[in-house]
Amino acid sequence: MITRRNFLKSTAAGIAGIALPLAAFEIIDPQKLMAEEAKSDVKLRWVFLVDTYKCVGCGFCVKACKNENEVPYDANVTRTWVERYVITKDGKVHADTPKGARDGFTTSKIDLGEGKFEDIKKEDINKAFFVPKLCNQCENPPCVQVCPVGATYQAPDGVVLVDRTWCIGCGYCIMGCPYGVRFFHPVYHTAEKCNFCYHRISKGLKSACVDACPFGARRIGNIKDANDPVTKIIMTERVGVLKEEYGTKPQVFYIGLDREVR
Amino acid sequence: MLAHGELWTVKELFVYPNEFIYWSVQIVMYPFMTGLVAGAFVLSSLYHVFGIKQLKDMARFALVFSFALLFVAPLPIMLHLQFPFRGIEIFMTPHFTSAIAAFGVVFFTYGAIVASELWFLYRKHFVDVALKLREKQDKSLSELLQYFIFCSLTLGVYDVSEEALHRDEKAIKLLAGIGIPVACFLHGYAGFIFGSVKANALWMTPLMPVIFIMSAVVSGIALCMLTYIATMEIKKFLASRRNEARRAFRSKEELVGVEVNVIQMTAKYLVFFLVAAISLELLDLIFRTYTAVKSWDVLRSVIYERDFYDIFIMQYGIGNLVPLIMFLIPGLTIRRAVLGVLLVLFGVFMMRWNVVIGGQAFSLSFMGYMHYHLPIVPHDWETFKEGLFGALSIFFMPFALFWVIAKIFPVFPEVRQE
Amino acid sequence: MKSHVLRPLFVVVGIVILILSARLILVPKDFGVYERGYMYGWHRKSNEEDWKKIKVKYQGKDFCRDCHADKYDSINKTPHKIIQCENCHGPASDVTSDHYSEQRPKLAIDKSRAQCLRCHYPLPYPTSGRGDIKSIDPEKHNPDVECSTCHNPHKPMEGLR
Repeated sequence: MITRRNFLKSTAAGIAGIALPLAAFEIIDPQKLMAEEAKSDVKLRWVFLVDTYKCVGCGFCVKACKNENEVPYDANVTRTWVERYVITKDGKVHADTPKGARDGFTTSKIDLGEGKFEDIKKEDINKAFFVPKLCNQCENPPCVQVCPVGATYQAPDGVVLVDRTWCIGCGYCIMGCPYGVRFFHPVYHTAEKCNFCYHRISKGLKSACVDACPFGARRIGNIKDANDPVTKIIMTERVGVLKEEYGTKPQVFYIGLDREVR
Repeated sequence: MLAHGELWTVKELFVYPNEFIYWSVQIVMYPFMTGLVAGAFVLSSLYHVFGIKQLKDMARFALVFSFALLFVAPLPIMLHLQFPFRGIEIFMTPHFTSAIAAFGVVFFTYGAIVASELWFLYRKHFVDVALKLREKQDKSLSELLQYFIFCSLTLGVYDVSEEALHRDEKAIKLLAGIGIPVACFLHGYAGFIFGSVKANALWMTPLMPVIFIMSAVVSGIALCMLTYIATMEIKKFLASRRNEARRAFRSKEELVGVEVNVIQMTAKYLVFFLVAAISLELLDLIFRTYTAVKSWDVLRSVIYERDFYDIFIMQYGIGNLVPLIMFLIPGLTIRRAVLGVLLVLFGVFMMRWNVVIGGQAFSLSFMGYMHYHLPIVPHDWETFKEGLFGALSIFFMPFALFWVIAKIFPVFPEVRQE
Repeated sequence: MKSHVLRPLFVVVGIVILILSARLILVPKDFGVYERGYMYGWHRKSNEEDWKKIKVKYQGKDFCRDCHADKYDSINKTPHKIIQCENCHGPASDVTSDHYSEQRPKLAIDKSRAQCLRCHYPLPYPTSGRGDIKSIDPEKHNPDVECSTCHNPHKPMEGLR
């Protein structure tokens, strides 16, 4: 015969015990997981196209990005940057990105860091080019996977965003990105990265860097729209992506991507 | 305006603009401290689960110390987070696809197991003290406080019959048994945090969780041996100073201090786990050398050139090989054991350092390097919490905490007999 | 009697209930799993709107043309037509004020040599469009003077050929 005391205790334990798996159920709702398959119904998925033949390294994109997205101009962090690669006749690769090309490239000397520079003679150069970089808004973003609290996430249109009110500042997402696009915002102290100027593209404008580029090296489009000129290029011309081997499925496509690009 | 990490990072050659050393000394301290927690618990369980009688006192000591360490273990993270008070979100909205989210569940479970095991172990002591204080008519303020604390700690259970105590022992054995895999998980997941980061060429290896667990157990055993020796010798010294004439009334422990065969016994387990840890780390290095994947060029230059001293001299040499030889030479003395465990602890710390800092020593471009300058003299909160003094505060805190906790959970026999 | 062994378990359960209750208060109601599933879509839904609400700073050339048609037409006849006005004049709006308002009647003009050298510093790189841009040696070509002293950026070669 069970005593009143034991009955009450068992009930309390039972309720607590059930509460936990129920809470888990809410977190991992099978119906919501199935929503993955509905992805094919999505009408908007942002993609980016970079033409490395057209980029001249002027850095107007970096300057515009900093102003548009309120990243402190003097801080050594940036949502987007341009890298310079100079491949010399001896096969060596020289690369630099002075202040992320915020001020452009106004010297032929390669910035080696710690105040050192390397001058390269014009006649030694086999090929040289500029590679703009930004967040790839990956289809399988490793940075989102490692966020412990759900502060960073992927919106249904593919852009990966960070909730500044929720980020605890652990830095795991920054370590998790193979492309090095993330950093801590010097003012807000939360994780920060390029979001394709989400506030602009949601209004029908283009990203600040796309507008700022005088040479049309940067373009943004919707891969789900077959008539989008960017989509047409990605689908019909030879394009490459960065660091394919990590399995992130990046959505920034490059025309003229050289094997030496890191 | 400085970016986070810029203060203590020096970049060389081609490094991406946003790359800095974000995970600095506190992230080295965190796996070091959780390793000590796990190791201390495993040591304590060796007695409770496997019944190795000579380890009885060491086991009690190790369990209480593990509890003290447990409170200190989250502190490096608290100091590292940009928003420490948002840390509670790990319990509110955990994203379990992230290894760090496991922190909430694992820590809580582990804490519950250790606390419960301690309760069963010390229950009789709580009841005895509570009942004794209850009988006392005029309680001073501190005695009133003590009474309140010990009454709460009994959780309302005053039965200390043979049968009840026998049940306690069974519960302890069960908890110690469950606790071993949980303690391994506690530190294994810390290894998983690094090992699963595919973006980092040095960290990415399935061996990382296992390496971390092995070296964690090594550090836990070493720390318990060290603290045990230290406390026993201090008690012996204090007892001898207190009253020369009352020599006959000292306890056996106060007369002898540390017993050599307890230390020799524990050292055997230390050697076992040390060999396991070294083997796994060398295996990882051999595999990387053999397969020579894309990242191997830059990793080779970091491991064999830039960080050669930190890895092979400090960690493998002074921290692993020398103590291993010292423990293997027959006829282990207390003095040799003390030096050996100090070197082992240093070696385990250097392993954490070489993994965390070493993993950030090269750029994602594989064409550049970053050098870490540990802030020594603090000139603001940032340089304190992410600098040498922040790390030292964390290191010494468990000892202070242990002193406080030992007042509630006494670890020495003569105190218990009162 | 057996129940005394389970007592610590009740304490643990109590703490778990406490945490779950705190969760009800502290976590925003719209925090959950959304379109991209638990792995990629675990977030506070209203944050998406927060980001969309951020103020647009750069307005683009067509915004400038409304008032500055002469400058617009003039630069359009030159190779500099590809450059946005705001590249040299800064964004029309900033966080707090808009051009053309009382707080922001005039925009700055970056007249420094460094600005022009972004494109016109000689970097004759094979395979890059940079090699096609006319360049000058900054150390030899009037090194102490601002480029705009002789070259009006809206008509860069006027009067100089």
